[in-house]
Amino acid sequence: MTKVENVILEVKNLNVEFTTDDGIVHAVNNVSYKVERGKTLAIVGESGSGKSVSSLAVMGLLSASNSKISGEVFFNGNELVGADPEVIRKLRGDEMAMIFQDPLSALHPYYTIGDQLIEAVLVHQNVKNSEARSRAAEMLTKVGIPSVEQRMDEYPHQLSGGMRQRVMIAMALINGPELLIADEPTTALDVTVQAQILDLLRELQKEFGTAIVLITHDLGVVADLADEVLVMYGGSAVEHAPVREIFYSPQMPYTWGLLASIPQISAKKTQLDPIPGSPPSALNMPAGCVFAPRCAFKERVADNLCADKFPDLLAVSKDHEARCHLSEDQRTAIRTERKIGRV
Amino acid sequence: MMFPYIVRRVFVMILMLTILSVITFILFNAVPTDPAKLTCGKTCTPEIVAANRIRLGLDQPLIVQYVEWIKGIFVGRTYGTGSATFECSAPCLGYSFRNGEEVTTLIVNALPVTMYLAVGAFLLWMLVGISMGIAAAKNHGKWQDRTIMSVSLIGYSLPVFFVGLLLLIFAIVRWNLLPYPNYESPFDDPVAFFQTMLLPWVTLAILYAAYYARLTRSQMLETMGEDFIRTARAKGLSERVVFRKHAFRAGLTPIVTSAGLDLAGLLGGAVITEYIFSLPGLGRLAIGAVTDYDLPTITATVLVAAVFVIVANLVVDILYAAIDPRVRLS
Repeated sequence: MTKVENVILEVKNLNVEFTTDDGIVHAVNNVSYKVERGKTLAIVGESGSGKSVSSLAVMGLLSASNSKISGEVFFNGNELVGADPEVIRKLRGDEMAMIFQDPLSALHPYYTIGDQLIEAVLVHQNVKNSEARSRAAEMLTKVGIPSVEQRMDEYPHQLSGGMRQRVMIAMALINGPELLIADEPTTALDVTVQAQILDLLRELQKEFGTAIVLITHDLGVVADLADEVLVMYGGSAVEHAPVREIFYSPQMPYTWGLLASIPQISAKKTQLDPIPGSPPSALNMPAGCVFAPRCAFKERVADNLCADKFPDLLAVSKDHEARCHLSEDQRTAIRTERKIGRV
Repeated sequence: MMFPYIVRRVFVMILMLTILSVITFILFNAVPTDPAKLTCGKTCTPEIVAANRIRLGLDQPLIVQYVEWIKGIFVGRTYGTGSATFECSAPCLGYSFRNGEEVTTLIVNALPVTMYLAVGAFLLWMLVGISMGIAAAKNHGKWQDRTIMSVSLIGYSLPVFFVGLLLLIFAIVRWNLLPYPNYESPFDDPVAFFQTMLLPWVTLAILYAAYYARLTRSQMLETMGEDFIRTARAKGLSERVVFRKHAFRAGLTPIVTSAGLDLAGLLGGAVITEYIFSLPGLGRLAIGAVTDYDLPTITATVLVAAVFVIVANLVVDILYAAIDPRVRLS
């Protein structure tokens, strides 16, 4: 594997529990991953799969009063789980930053763009206001905001959705963080704008060498940006592989379902194949494999094993792990039959 | 950007004041009694009534009366003709025969009392209420929160006349902590002023502080759940800055609205409190006028109270725009 010093973020057996009125919710179960400097890890899954929660846990943004985090999170070699919240706060926005799904609600409606960026600089840098302002202007120019000086005095509602997300990106990257967590950064945007934002992220990643954790449910975005993919379902990692492997040689029925639900221009099909059913409730996780109730292939596994035992995350090949009771031959047979990936 | 907004609001306010003056005027005339008869003392003859009717212009068509009344407010007016004239200088709100004084004088004497009462109570309840609300929101779900909410529920449920009388009986009558209320202007006798005003302030503040504590708490809890608060934390801002700069400002608008209108409502006269503590304010003037059938004074107090509410509305609108940039542009 990679050398340790090249890894900016390492998450080991991360668990997140929430105490709710209805009981304890296990939102994230034993999730592990590594992110290398300058690379992109995509965490893919449906809503409720724990993908956002796991990153909020890394950022220390979960409320301590109703959530419990266990496991290990190493950022730049420093353990964050159980660390002084003040230490994590100082990392936030400086060494690690985050952008969110809906930039309109993520920006403060009452402060100008300029003020919000300047504030982001001043939290971490001991510079004069004027210096912070010129840095903000520089960063806004970099993310492609036209007539920056005028825009800086405007409020978020005066900007278009794409511009707002550019502002969010500028604000996140203004202190040159080593890690950017992008939580569905394009979901709330128009399709044409989505492509622009992804291009921008790629360019800035190249320029600053920022590692990105990209949270998304859109495999199109994954193909565009990711180096490595972690597929999550029901709070657990179900498949973990380099991006080519995910598209060419997926090994888990849930990943197959995700791939089958991408529209393809070349395909002759007129209908998409959605995954039947809906994600499990975090309060009422199925026994056995969490995906079994929606899995079309569970009958092929003997002894009703899928309903009884949650499969382990096992290595399929180097750097590729998947959770499935199907044998490798069975999987290859199914993929050939259904034309999934490259066989 | 702010200026056209204010101009628009002022225009609306003038329109509302005009409508208001018409309604008040109709009120005066709708009362099922003869205003001229009310001007007449104990030795009343039909001749005096008829003479007074002409003197006061009550024989004129309604529209003329209205114009005269409005004119009186802006430039003053002269009642009667010839030798028996009576000058009422602007702003002339009429003449109270019951009190034997110009209504304007009555209002001018009563207004400061109500103003001191309202503003003092306002400052007290805003300080206490908002601090309690913030403390509760910060400790959401903990014992501090539950205690503050229980206390404020009690405060909110107690009627003013009950709290007022309770304070009066215990603090003054039983325990002699304070002298009996005897209103003095703060410029003449500051000590007596504060001794008299303390309990009325507390009485009003208990009710309103309880309400503002609850309002502030729910506002703060709502805004703390907003996405931009998560962004503020993601920037690495300390909880204190997140709370004060980001959450408080966003949650402020409904508090400002309520505060403006509540203050205006009280400036029109805190009837019960003024009555309990014998404060010669607008509320007591209004009640006295109603029991005495003192028509010019009734109309004037209604008008003054309504003007406060309308002006407060304008101030609130302007503050709103100052707080929320989205309002300025829509």
